[in-house]
Amino acid sequence: MLVSASGVGVRHGDAWAVGGVDLSVHRGEIVTLIGPNGSGKSTTARALLGIVGIDAGTVERRPGLVVGYVPQRLFIDWTMPLSVRRLMTLTGRHDAAAIDAALAEVGIGHLAGAEVQSLSGGEFQRALIARALVRRPDLLVLDEPVQGVDFAGEIAIYDLIRDIRDRLQCGVLLISHDLHIVMGATDTVVCLNGHVCCSGPPQSVALSPEYHQLFGHRAAEAFAVYRHHHDHQHLPDGRVVPISGEAGHQHSDACGHDHGEHRHD
Amino acid sequence: MIEDFLIRAVLAGVGTAIVAGPLGCFIIWRRMAYFGDTMAHSALLGVALSILLDVDISLGVFVIAASGALALILLQRRVKLPSDALLGILSHSTLAIGLVLVAFMVWLRIDLISYLFGDILAVTPLDIGIVFAGGALILGVLSQIWRPLLAGTVNEELAAAEGAAPERARIVFMFLMAAVIAIAMKIVGILLITSLLIIPAATARRYAQSPEQMAVLASGIGVVAVIGGLAGSYRFDTPSGPSIVVAALVLFLVSLIGRGAEWRRQAAVGKGR
Repeated sequence: MLVSASGVGVRHGDAWAVGGVDLSVHRGEIVTLIGPNGSGKSTTARALLGIVGIDAGTVERRPGLVVGYVPQRLFIDWTMPLSVRRLMTLTGRHDAAAIDAALAEVGIGHLAGAEVQSLSGGEFQRALIARALVRRPDLLVLDEPVQGVDFAGEIAIYDLIRDIRDRLQCGVLLISHDLHIVMGATDTVVCLNGHVCCSGPPQSVALSPEYHQLFGHRAAEAFAVYRHHHDHQHLPDGRVVPISGEAGHQHSDACGHDHGEHRHD
Repeated sequence: MIEDFLIRAVLAGVGTAIVAGPLGCFIIWRRMAYFGDTMAHSALLGVALSILLDVDISLGVFVIAASGALALILLQRRVKLPSDALLGILSHSTLAIGLVLVAFMVWLRIDLISYLFGDILAVTPLDIGIVFAGGALILGVLSQIWRPLLAGTVNEELAAAEGAAPERARIVFMFLMAAVIAIAMKIVGILLITSLLIIPAATARRYAQSPEQMAVLASGIGVVAVIGGLAGSYRFDTPSGPSIVVAALVLFLVSLIGRGAEWRRQAAVGKGR
């Protein structure tokens, strides 16, 4: 166990931002917090990390837990000269080889010298993930990691997160309001709306009545464990490389989605 | 022959500029220019109270500027007014209270102008000692909190999540600002301190590739501004504090020339990858 909450509540002024939260993240597990805006997802994550004080319940963190954090909406002003390489050592020292390896792993090794302000949304998210990765975290926390990233980029980033989990065997806490893509890559879904509505493996959450009530039936239809099989992939530097020899764009039978129906809500 | 008072002025000014550079960078990055101004304005209240209570003026200014900053943080939590409105209230009321107090102390003849605009030509060897000892202390502490402060400047939540304790760094930084105001007051005066912090840092931005480079460059540019300003002041018999600020401004304007070319270069690099 890396971190666990039991009966956690956080008050904002007089109102409870979130209450009665029980959840835990183990090594090698991807836990996703989903819920509408204002449902207390970020507050829950902050309480787990000890950034905000809790007003009820208990939070346990493994002593010496190394956290890698990818924040929501990070904007770096032009007034600060900051290269991708320097961004990597923001909260701790790392040697050059480790930095290069982390950047290469997320596919932006060629951008090490670039100023962060010149990166695209997807490149910047990858840089932030690399920055968290170079810490060799026990727990990787990502708050809405695909904001400002296009659709193909979103899938690539979720794939990347899963690869990182497989390789580092770290725990991953993912916050998202983006339902159908995220759930396929997840071991445990915790559905929040001021409290935990339902939680469990994605398949069972998707069938639960609470989930349908919160997100509507359309959302449940749109979700199906998402496996998108392309015949080619887009590398971050813009190159297109084939995966198989076939031309065009293909879905496996299990894909379960239609191209007209991507919902981003 | 260069006169003694001018050498003392250059030494004190150079010491102040070296300390002001890195602090000024954080003031720009954290968008604290008005906050710095408010702390500086409260310094006059510090001067008046120090004289009234017969304590060292630098110490009094430090205590009052730091208390002003703490008061602001408390007010921000309790009063539902936008930060800039609170800053405006605090900034001008502390300045006004200071002026009123000075007016009450009829038995004293305080040269207000020298506090408001600086009196670098009157620095004593003791003042120089304070500038360098205090400055070394400030830079020493700043280097200790550099990483968490910078991380918190980029993103407070990220820094906190990864255990960098950004809040502590921010409070320490506030005390460092109060200290630099206490030191710099004699050099450029209460009303112009913020400019010595900000203008060299803003000038350094264009030439810097990293936050650390920007801090060092800001110090260097500040030193050039001090020497240039004092030379101008001596040559044209102009007030020294404002002359230093004008020199800093000239350097800033020079840095703007050719910025268009710089941006075209950056754009080209962006396209090339």
